[in-house]
Amino acid sequence: MTTLYKIVTLVRIMLKLEIDNLGKWFGRRRIFEGITLSVARGQSAAITGPNGSGKTTMLRLIMGLSYPTRGTVGFSEDGRKLDFDQYRRKLALVSPYLSLYDSLTALENLRFFAKVGGRVVSDEEMRGALGRVGLGGRGDDFVGAYSTGMKQRLKYAVALLKDPAIWLIDEPSANLDDEGKRIVHELIRDAKDNSILVIATNEKEEYSLAGQFCKLGG
Amino acid sequence: MPGSSVNWAAKVLAVARKDITAEFRTRYAVNSILMFALVTLTVISMALGLITPDSDLMAALFWVILFFAAMSGLAQVFIREEDAGTALILKLSTEGLVIFFGKLIFNLLLLAVLSVIIVPLFIILLKVSPQNWPVFLIGLALGDIGLAGATTIIAAIVAKATVKGALFTVLSFPILLPLLMASIEITKVAFGGGGFGDISAALQLLVAYDVVMVTISVMLFDFVWRQ
Repeated sequence: MTTLYKIVTLVRIMLKLEIDNLGKWFGRRRIFEGITLSVARGQSAAITGPNGSGKTTMLRLIMGLSYPTRGTVGFSEDGRKLDFDQYRRKLALVSPYLSLYDSLTALENLRFFAKVGGRVVSDEEMRGALGRVGLGGRGDDFVGAYSTGMKQRLKYAVALLKDPAIWLIDEPSANLDDEGKRIVHELIRDAKDNSILVIATNEKEEYSLAGQFCKLGG
Repeated sequence: MPGSSVNWAAKVLAVARKDITAEFRTRYAVNSILMFALVTLTVISMALGLITPDSDLMAALFWVILFFAAMSGLAQVFIREEDAGTALILKLSTEGLVIFFGKLIFNLLLLAVLSVIIVPLFIILLKVSPQNWPVFLIGLALGDIGLAGATTIIAAIVAKATVKGALFTVLSFPILLPLLMASIEITKVAFGGGGFGDISAALQLLVAYDVVMVTISVMLFDFVWRQ
């Protein structure tokens, strides 16, 4: 019954990321150009390429936080183009360059991001998300006292509570230990079945999880 | 795992509450504002010695202290988000206007605290007090609202620059000049014992300034915040 419900939902709401002939230049420096990609809900794509090839820039363009020099990028639902505020609500980003609030505890961070996102979450839900990323029992600790790897796990917990239809993950296993990597790979496998998943990585174990590839700088 | 929904006002309050909690724990802005205000008041008090300046000069001194003390702390609402790397997740988490009004409430509270501390110290150290308290308080409240409204949007603009501190004061000064002139005028009347009839022009200017500043900020904020 649950599987049937998921299939019906996926068919009914066709969410899609469409990138058409995308190009980005910084001054005279051409970062990439001619990128075309289409990722529907239930599909995934990996962006790979050497350092400086524009993987993070591509994610910023997808998020709408930077403008392309050429081409177009955007999300649509049932053929209707979504504006920033419409797709922002469905989107979660996990990235090493994204930070949470050091002066708040992990639970306070989770509660804050859920609330400003328009959702009230129970303590049980928050502790459940923390448990899923291996931070069970550390919810009352200040994030400033967390290691870099723990902070990375907490970003996944924030994203999980959002229950996003679009996952953008930059370097999924950055700063994570073996157990952390296992948790994240499991989470990616779960996410790619019911959402649009775009990961920027050079780890073979991670890009092999994706259905499509976009190689930059090559 | 969707929970029940939260209304717009609750989101705004969540942003303000988060900033208050963070400020209470780090005292980042409050410390710099209060230190600036205390040092300036003490220096002015010692420099004046036994001289009792007229109400015009005292009104100007009061707003100069409030302006520079505010400059040293109010920009932190956005600079801290950019420096700590939290601005990105905040942009993706909620509407721009929720952030703007949350930050505006925080800056208003910060200015209210600053005013509550500066006013009695000003009266004690500089031996001057308003002869007409209602006029003084109205001028102070409207001045604080305009100061918070203007500095909140300017802070969002300068937060991405490399020389934030200098740029903030340089950008703020011409924008805040009409507000300062009107506020000084009202404070001067309050110190001199005048009534509401003497401040009608300045009062109209202040109210108009506050409305225009908040309206412009609401119109511009999404554009400034997302870039």
